[in-house]
Amino acid sequence: MSFQTGDLARQIMWRRLTSVVEEQAQTLIRTSFSPTTREAGDLSAGVFTPDGRMIAQAVTGTPGHINSMARSVCHFIDAIPLDDWREGDVALTNDPWQGTGHLNDLVVVTPVFRAGRLIAFFAATSHLVDIGGMGPGFDAKDVFHEGIRIPITKVVDAGRVDDKVLGILRANVRMPEQVTGDLMSLIAGNHTGGRRLLAMCDEFALADLEALSDFIFERSMRGMREEIERVPTGVYEAALTLDGIDRPVAMTATMTVADGRIDVEFGGDLRPSPRGNNVPFCYTEAYASYGVRCIVGRSVPNNWSSLSAVTIRAPEGSILNATDPAPVASRHLIGQMLPDLVFRCLAQAVPDRVPAEGAGTLWNIRLLRSAHGDGKAGFNALFFHSGGTGARPGLDGLNATAFPSGVRAIPIEISEKSAPVLYRRRALRCDSGGAGRTRGGLGQVIEVASRDGDPFWMAASYERTGNAPRGLDGGRDGEPGTVRLGSGRPFSPMGRQEVPGDDVIIVEPPGGAGRGDPFARDPARVREDVENGFVSREAAMRDYGVVLTAALEVDEPATAALRAGPNRRAASN
Amino acid sequence: MIRLATDIGGTFTDLALDRDGDLLTGKLLTTLDRPEEAVLDGARDLLARAGVAPGEVDLVIHGTTLATNAIIERKGARTAFVSTSGFTDMIDIGHENRFEQYDLMITRPRPLVPRPLRFGLRERIDVEGNVITALCDEALEDLAEFLASTRPQSLAVCLLHSYANAAHERAVARFVRERFPEISVSLSCDISPLAGEYERASTTCANAYVRPIVVDYFVRMEKRLRAMGIDAPVLIVMSEGGLASIETACEAPVRLVESGPAGGASLAVSVAHAFGIDKLLSFDMGGTTAKVCIVDDFVPQYDAWFEVDRTYRFQKGSGLPLRIPVVDLVEIGAGGGSIGHVDAMGQIEVGPHSAGSEPGPAAYGFGGDRPTVTDANLVLGKLDPQRFAGGRIVLDQARAEAALAAVFAEPLGLEPAQAASALAEVVDENMANAARMHAIEQGKDISEYTMVAFGGGGPLHAARIAQKIGIGHVIVPPNAGVGSAVGFLAAPIAYTIRRTSYLMLDDVEPHKVAAELDGIVAAASGHTGRFAATAEPDIEWKALMRYAGQGHHIEVPFEYPFARDDFRTWMTDLFEAEYLRQFGRVLPHLPIEIVGWVHRNALSLSDPATMWNGRRAPSAKSVETAPARAYDLAEADYVAADRFERETLDAGWRGAGPAYVTEEQTTTVVPAGFACETDERGFIHLRMST
Repeated sequence: MSFQTGDLARQIMWRRLTSVVEEQAQTLIRTSFSPTTREAGDLSAGVFTPDGRMIAQAVTGTPGHINSMARSVCHFIDAIPLDDWREGDVALTNDPWQGTGHLNDLVVVTPVFRAGRLIAFFAATSHLVDIGGMGPGFDAKDVFHEGIRIPITKVVDAGRVDDKVLGILRANVRMPEQVTGDLMSLIAGNHTGGRRLLAMCDEFALADLEALSDFIFERSMRGMREEIERVPTGVYEAALTLDGIDRPVAMTATMTVADGRIDVEFGGDLRPSPRGNNVPFCYTEAYASYGVRCIVGRSVPNNWSSLSAVTIRAPEGSILNATDPAPVASRHLIGQMLPDLVFRCLAQAVPDRVPAEGAGTLWNIRLLRSAHGDGKAGFNALFFHSGGTGARPGLDGLNATAFPSGVRAIPIEISEKSAPVLYRRRALRCDSGGAGRTRGGLGQVIEVASRDGDPFWMAASYERTGNAPRGLDGGRDGEPGTVRLGSGRPFSPMGRQEVPGDDVIIVEPPGGAGRGDPFARDPARVREDVENGFVSREAAMRDYGVVLTAALEVDEPATAALRAGPNRRAASN
Repeated sequence: MIRLATDIGGTFTDLALDRDGDLLTGKLLTTLDRPEEAVLDGARDLLARAGVAPGEVDLVIHGTTLATNAIIERKGARTAFVSTSGFTDMIDIGHENRFEQYDLMITRPRPLVPRPLRFGLRERIDVEGNVITALCDEALEDLAEFLASTRPQSLAVCLLHSYANAAHERAVARFVRERFPEISVSLSCDISPLAGEYERASTTCANAYVRPIVVDYFVRMEKRLRAMGIDAPVLIVMSEGGLASIETACEAPVRLVESGPAGGASLAVSVAHAFGIDKLLSFDMGGTTAKVCIVDDFVPQYDAWFEVDRTYRFQKGSGLPLRIPVVDLVEIGAGGGSIGHVDAMGQIEVGPHSAGSEPGPAAYGFGGDRPTVTDANLVLGKLDPQRFAGGRIVLDQARAEAALAAVFAEPLGLEPAQAASALAEVVDENMANAARMHAIEQGKDISEYTMVAFGGGGPLHAARIAQKIGIGHVIVPPNAGVGSAVGFLAAPIAYTIRRTSYLMLDDVEPHKVAAELDGIVAAASGHTGRFAATAEPDIEWKALMRYAGQGHHIEVPFEYPFARDDFRTWMTDLFEAEYLRQFGRVLPHLPIEIVGWVHRNALSLSDPATMWNGRRAPSAKSVETAPARAYDLAEADYVAADRFERETLDAGWRGAGPAYVTEEQTTTVVPAGFACETDERGFIHLRMST
């Protein structure tokens, strides 16, 4: 590889383009209403070629949006031919199959013109607080129950806002002001991006982005190929069974690594679900390819070229390639588990790079109350929470940390302002991390009660209560999650149920799984875990073969004897 | 008036002695074990050079990285943490997020208080400040038992919603001070009375963690100064760029973490005044980082948030969050020691890893073999190998070239000079982008600014960065190499209070607001009151406001006391005007909410507008010059350039790039296409030729 004349200039321009889309994202965050966008970074922003290929995207954002939006602009160009775009236009859609996989995500696309010629599109997406229909949860029977769907439509036509489109949207959602505000923030983000792009073109005397995007695509493809070539060629198969809503979902994956490309084909029992945990293909592709890219080629920026080095396939009409009008509101339940399945394939190819399974899908606390007849206001609150991540090569898993989702939790003091509830406890969960040479990250224990003594509803959707995160390479499984009422009254991990006003809901997200033989873990680390209360004395002995004295020192002879003894197989099996 | 300013940095301790406008400066190696030694040695030397007796010094101004280093190196006090029962893991759990999406191997900074030293107190207050579970004597007795068995030196207390009702925290403090008078107590309602339990706890723990050390140090330092014969008052530079008494600094030492960089912002403010520049961009580049700060209308931007001990250097979210008033500066992993390399796509990348001072750049000859920005600057002809860091280090060109060749020759086919120019270009672009992004986050257009450059590396890179961001005028002040210490001399005494307080504008009762603001005034006067006689206070009020439902607020300046009758309309107008300014449209149907207040009280010690007036450019007999060379990017070859000695340049001297102006601690690079001029006060001005 040689450094051609002009490479440096193009490298500088690439960097500049990345800062342009980052500005786009920051503008969006600062003006948005949706808590998932502003607090949790649940958004995506990027710039595209006139034929719909993504050139660059903001690093701010979460994988589900980022990778699924990469396809969306092509749908816009199909719906609105290039000749029909004018300066000052803005188009939108929330179609799950043309956007990012469920109705709550709004995608907004804005063209950029230079000297009268369309040179690029900016696209951005964020999660709206409400989209009408039945509201949050997976209870809808089809996508029509889930809310209003707007096909690809211009909402701003040559600078003029189309009040009819806006009016239809506003009339169909529960919080019209906030939804309009979020739409405006998406428009503002794209507008900022466009302005900055034109300034950049002036500075570098660019008529368009053709040469620059070719350079970016060529470099990215080469970067991906080199990364993939370091992975042994072969076919790798793995399986993963999830709890599902009404029945387990037993998935398989076949990964083929060859010729500088990676292909993942999903199979198994992928019958579509009658509930809203079906996954449109764009979202399947987003999280599966994200999983691959965490291990292979993570330093190559995301764009059309680097994304196309990894192909994902799933049978049409299946739960991983749901077709219109399947209900898809809770697509994240299965979608966010796909990285673990992909990791299991890669663990056979590049074992020293891959973590054990983790809690996966977010353990969100979604609470609702309808407005009472007695004048009390209702509420609809969403608090993000997570279990532990899987043990990593050389490093323990992360305690109570979202993966693969990129969101962040909202502080308790802020959550308690948004709904009349009281957190009673939020603590790390002892012994929940799977034992291993490196330990799985701990889950947590969260208890929430009503503050005013009135009951509320919880829309529960919790994975990995039946199927634990599985250990890798001799590591043990993480502790599955649980959800229950303090009173002991029954409570299901899936579905809308009432939490009585005098009760408390106890949610325990899973711990991540362990990696490697726990009997090979450094006894000093085990001792430290016991001192910190991450691992109990009993588990230290049972799972790690480490005996501690009353003064919390490692009892070396007893440990050596235990680790060499017949218990070893039982413990590490 | 004779004032002594000292800035203890990680590598160097800078000093500046100001005698009625005449400035003497010094630079010594920092004495890490006992930082006061270098300060005292340096002070003795400066006083002797100036012929000033210790007793004649009127004021000592001191900035230090002591608090930051104690946190980063985990050398603070044995600290315990008390929170509401069931929530003591908040300092582990944080925000449950990853600060980097694709790197599976990230780690979080270790909490300052290990789990066995945390205590859950039976009590609970709700979001409105109502007591849900009262704090009873038994709970306090349990705490006493815990403290007796764990024996901490320092205690951090952060109970849920204490910003709304501090009664329980205050009760804990009273109890502990009575039973365990030897334990230092830090309360979250004092240190950071803001909603958001993780950040408030993290800030309070950091305060408790550094407090015993900082108190010891200041006591020692003051004693040594007195022993030396300096009996002048000592003021400490806080992260917000203002000065505070030692007592205030000892109460809230966490506010010291950005002490040094804040001095740079003060320098920028004084330069803005000296030239009447209402839009100034401060650019300070040192050995490991560069800092950019915006100064509008002679006031630096402030922020309420900072992070220390980042596990991923310079990545937001990877450090321990501190909610303290700081000068809002963006810090970039781009300094003289930043290392260049080739990434997976064959692109040249610089930093964030730094060779630091050990082993340092290859050219130092201390054993470093990776190419750094300093190596590139040397190969490009910008540095005089004999004059680096005041001649303390002789740079070795051959080593620099070898290091560049080793990394860039084989994969990219670049000659050392080409590699050096590419490396410099990339690091300049990185800094330009960071500066541009920082301006955008503030809603500013950076091309409207003038730049002031200082720090050892600032003047070397300033002109090229200015070019990239469309700035046409760069100013390099005298003594630019020790800019922060000089900046201390321009800093006001100041104290900022930020407080969470929720209020829907529709329900507002003006007299209640007034009572709350009066309380803030009373708290502030505890910190600045005794200096009130020295100058007219400059008081600033801001309301933190948003549309109900938004998560981010904007800061809306207002005057207090206010006209109470039309408070609601008045605040609505102020909010909408500010929102319109920042985001281009208002949302008239949504209710407006106040989420908190900011109060800043500042007293200027010296008039920053006249601070530079007494200075004159040196009048030398002849201009000293030496031949040098500069690398021309377009020509891909060296061209001839002149190197001038700064202290021999008269007022009104003019030159044109490519040229260099070298002084004791730094070199100003004048690229081709720039004109250069010195003024009557000794400032260098670089102007892009049109």
